[in-house]
Amino acid sequence: MRTLSFTQAVDDSLAQAMAEDPRIILFGEDIELLRGKLLVRFGPQRVRNTPISESAFLGAGVSAAMSGLRPVVELGMVDFVGVCMDALFNQAAKVEAFSGGKWTAPVVVRAPCGGGYGDGGQHEQCLWGWLAHVPGLVVLVPSTPADAGGLMLAALQHDGPVIFLEHKLLSESWLESLGSGGRHTVKFDVPDEGTRGAVPEKWEPLPIGQAALRREGGDVTIATVGVGVHRALEAAKALEEEGTSAGVLDLRSVAPLDRSAVCKAVAGTGRLLVVDEDYEGFGLSGELAAVVAEAGIGCQYARVCTSTTVPYARHLEDQCLPNTKRICAAVRQLMQ
Amino acid sequence: MPMDLWALYGSTLKSRLFEEAVARLWYDGLISGEMHLGTGEEAIIAGVVTQLREGDAMALDHRGTAAMLMRGVEPVLILRELLGRPDGLCGGMGGHMHLFSRKHLAASSGIVGAEGPAAAGYGLSAQYLRPGAIAVAFFGDGAMNQGMLMESMNLASAWKLPVLFVCKDDGWAITTESVKVTGGDLVERVRAFGIPTADVDGCEVFEVWEAARSAIERARGGQGPSFLHARCIHLEGHFLGFPLAQGMSDTIREMPRTVLPLAQSVLTPGGAALRERVTGMKTFLGTVRSALNDPRRDPENDPVRRLRKALPSDPERLRGLEEQVEKEISRALESALGEMPS
Repeated sequence: MRTLSFTQAVDDSLAQAMAEDPRIILFGEDIELLRGKLLVRFGPQRVRNTPISESAFLGAGVSAAMSGLRPVVELGMVDFVGVCMDALFNQAAKVEAFSGGKWTAPVVVRAPCGGGYGDGGQHEQCLWGWLAHVPGLVVLVPSTPADAGGLMLAALQHDGPVIFLEHKLLSESWLESLGSGGRHTVKFDVPDEGTRGAVPEKWEPLPIGQAALRREGGDVTIATVGVGVHRALEAAKALEEEGTSAGVLDLRSVAPLDRSAVCKAVAGTGRLLVVDEDYEGFGLSGELAAVVAEAGIGCQYARVCTSTTVPYARHLEDQCLPNTKRICAAVRQLMQ
Repeated sequence: MPMDLWALYGSTLKSRLFEEAVARLWYDGLISGEMHLGTGEEAIIAGVVTQLREGDAMALDHRGTAAMLMRGVEPVLILRELLGRPDGLCGGMGGHMHLFSRKHLAASSGIVGAEGPAAAGYGLSAQYLRPGAIAVAFFGDGAMNQGMLMESMNLASAWKLPVLFVCKDDGWAITTESVKVTGGDLVERVRAFGIPTADVDGCEVFEVWEAARSAIERARGGQGPSFLHARCIHLEGHFLGFPLAQGMSDTIREMPRTVLPLAQSVLTPGGAALRERVTGMKTFLGTVRSALNDPRRDPENDPVRRLRKALPSDPERLRGLEEQVEKEISRALESALGEMPS
């Protein structure tokens, strides 16, 4: 076992795949600097900068994937997907359906997401629910370095479009570049377990759409992804001292959703709390409520999500994003 | 309206001192997130904004502080906004990339290129509601490769919208050299939309002011959009704490951290042939080198300094003006850092 940071793990897994498969190429905004190691090892033919033209380069990534390459396309932030949404939801997501299952677009879209460092509501969104809404797109949200590397390999092997989201609070390099900018005068609530961790010597793909139970708990099930996993684990620890046993289910993949893992856990506890840094309305939290309702599982339900535009002011932002305090309060409410 | 050099100098100096104060607050950790300063582009902003009047609109990018200030937004309101205070310009909700002032019809966006459609829409409403008013879009050379900006230029041309598109070209799209990801010539490109263009040195406020004057006159007269291409430098690079600039300020500590992993990558088994890897290494280091040693960052190219030199000799007036601007900024700073209203 080695220890790597979150983004190192993703890059390391990518490097392993690139060494084995010459069809994998990388392009995106500023990636010659961001992925300097990969640029040097695999050369400028396979790692290249793009203009700030998301519609063109993401769209090109989709058709390059349809015609034999395995592109990994990087967006500066998932927020910028708004500029090129057509390439994803009208093109990539439709290829398999429109061709009667005879053609696919195995493109991986890699993008940093999430808030907690004061960049404001146009640069700190999660958007995984919005992306997962469209049939045909796989949306992965890893919460640990080991999962990040394993899921990246799975994304590269998946025969269809995959959106791979890296939370900026988990990524040392993103947080350094966007949050601290080399300053030692700012602090962020970074979950250490998610930023550095043990990873395998040789990467194996993790199954897509399989949740991981991070903590067993008999009273309530907290289902979540990304940084939410670490906030939920911290809350579960605090709740334990009050005598409440909270389980934490890391979904790892928003689409496809591990429905059976959710149902199994909730059937055991009878209570479901969804912690979702993405927007509250019409998203993952509501979807999970539907999943248990459709399965005929009676449960008490609550959610801790982001319900407004993320404020720029740090103290307002901390209240807006799901935090341990809000999670504990929601669980206590469920337990009454 | 004749060009008033003293007023232009006052505007650019105010913006410079303001942003230097912002940088200090940012380094002290009182301002969060990224920080994109407009230091180096003041002459472009001043040359255009000082010619705007009531009813004109501005579509700003993520670097909109200078334009807001020169348009007349209270410095203290912007400072409080950047400090995340409820009494800030936008109640602490927006931050420096998302400054909004309804009163001035001025709105920012952190999405590169979004200024294009925004200015087209402001121009459209001016056509209906405020004949003679215009809209200005400020954006960088990186934005010139965004589809939505090119589409907006076409729309503005087809509908004869009163829009002035201003490209502040510093040669960089974040950390990517624009020339490496841009086909053709930007001015030629815009001319192909049937839009009159001007190509000026954005460090020379006279050139900007003169080109903007005729473009604004054209737009006010209902003759449609214009494009102003103004070359400039960003004294602080893309943003504060710019990874490349960090390497420069602390070479001994930062460079090994950057370069050692790259050297390992040359030797890691599996991957490209050695020649390709060396090319990759050269590409990386070339970008770092050209960003660090950008010869245009010569202090001689500082637009504020150039404008100061160009003023008619009147030491007393100059001292008076500079003292007044300095006082205004320090008063704003004191007030912004003061007690929160209850």
